[in-house]
Amino acid sequence: MRAIITVVGKDTVGILAKISAQCAEHNVNVIEVSQSILQDMFCMIMLVDVSKCNIEFTAFAENCKKLGEDMGLVVNAMHEDIFNTMHRI
Amino acid sequence: MINTQDILETINMIQQENLDIRTITMGISLLDCSDSDIDKACQRIYDKICFKAEKLVATGEGIEKEYGIPIINKRISVTPIAMIYAASGGDPVKYAQTLDRAAKAVGVNFLGGYSALVHKGFAKGDEELIKSIPEALAVTDRVCSSVNIGSTKAGINMDAVALMGEIVREAAIKTQDKGLVGPSKLVVFCNAPEDNPFMAGAFHGAGEPDCVINVGVSGPGVVRAALTKIPDANITEVADTVKKTAFKITRVGQLVASVASERLGVPFGIVDLSLAPTPAVGDSVAHILEEMGLESCGACGTTACLALLNDAVKKGGVMASSHVGGLSGAFIPVSEDAGMIDAARSKMLSIEKLEAMTAVCSVGLDMIAIPGDTPAEVIAGIIADEAAIGMVNSKTTAVRVIPAINKKDGEEIEFGGLFGVSPIMKVNTASPQKFISRGGRIPAPLQSLKN
Repeated sequence: MRAIITVVGKDTVGILAKISAQCAEHNVNVIEVSQSILQDMFCMIMLVDVSKCNIEFTAFAENCKKLGEDMGLVVNAMHEDIFNTMHRI
Repeated sequence: MINTQDILETINMIQQENLDIRTITMGISLLDCSDSDIDKACQRIYDKICFKAEKLVATGEGIEKEYGIPIINKRISVTPIAMIYAASGGDPVKYAQTLDRAAKAVGVNFLGGYSALVHKGFAKGDEELIKSIPEALAVTDRVCSSVNIGSTKAGINMDAVALMGEIVREAAIKTQDKGLVGPSKLVVFCNAPEDNPFMAGAFHGAGEPDCVINVGVSGPGVVRAALTKIPDANITEVADTVKKTAFKITRVGQLVASVASERLGVPFGIVDLSLAPTPAVGDSVAHILEEMGLESCGACGTTACLALLNDAVKKGGVMASSHVGGLSGAFIPVSEDAGMIDAARSKMLSIEKLEAMTAVCSVGLDMIAIPGDTPAEVIAGIIADEAAIGMVNSKTTAVRVIPAINKKDGEEIEFGGLFGVSPIMKVNTASPQKFISRGGRIPAPLQSLKN
């Protein structure tokens, strides 16, 4: 299963490093990363493979959310299919 | 990978614009639970519901976390209890108490189906069950009730209409100390759908499979937000925008329905494409109509805007789902919609206007508080009018009015939670008593003769 992690918030040092470290810790493979600055807001989107994740995906998503809160960012990890179904026929 | 803008649009819809799945409703047939011994029948019902819906809430919560989409309610609908009651007789309230216990055991917030279908006449047990509704709703917490009193094919059962006028009043009197929850859990239908996932009118029709998953989507906030981005567009573009937005909303509903159905091992029934408002700011159908260019919901032009909205929601949603059903359209419950509440408070919205709106939207006069001294025959008159609109237009209409006991028009009542707040609306008090007391049946209209 693949998931999409989105990170939105104020740009600070080490965002990518912390999120990637979280992925590595739980054996989540990063497939693709895109990031941009939209009106001073940092916006990063990661496509990840969670099929070998060493904890339940829901727990991983919860961890990502908490990590975001600690850094003052909004971080979401969601199943890829919600985006696929909404935007692709 | 999917385009960044698309990903952010989805996240924004969920986090800023209140996109959610309003309900996953499991329909369970109780036909195999009937018994001539009422206690045995109740035990079977309890066991079957607990067995079938054991994992419903946990599965819903799992999907919610994994896909990041809130699923607000997990509910159950069952076979109209009048059909089961017919075999056993006894005290029908026992069934309501059993359903309430089962709902609490599996953790669903509402269970619908304390119902009777009497559009052509009363079968054995129907009348007793209907008469027990006020008591059943007063002694239970999570049971919802509905009665179908008319259909395009059968006409309108005026004996049932007269009876329901009294039942709605009695339900209010019996629960006047409990926030009038009785009438807010009671819906009187014409052309009731058998697969509706929304409460309080959900029941599991006799033509449905043994167990089925139906999903109701929502998202008035998303539609409104899409319209704010095109403030000067013409109406064709407005309709197109609603259509595209409804498509996206419904796709999420379809996804959740298919995942839930697979995980629970229960067939997928339908997705109900409804715009269901909540009292939360930014989750109002009235505000969509106002975004189209009305000063207030209820202004002249409201019915036209609602017709456009309702039609565009269906057109957009129908391609997004493999099976569409239930009520499918825009809901206009007064107390559950911030914009409707404001319009009713400022007297811009009257019951008469709401009645006209029900001719072009998905349901009917919904969650409307009326003065506590409104006589039963006037309530029956309101029901007959709504049923006539449904019967002639081959659509579902419903009445869920709340007689606010000991209160007058201009005052307000607060239901709390999803039920919201309602200003008490003025009702025409000229008496339809003679008409209602005649009884009999309004014949099915010419529209029913399609063969």
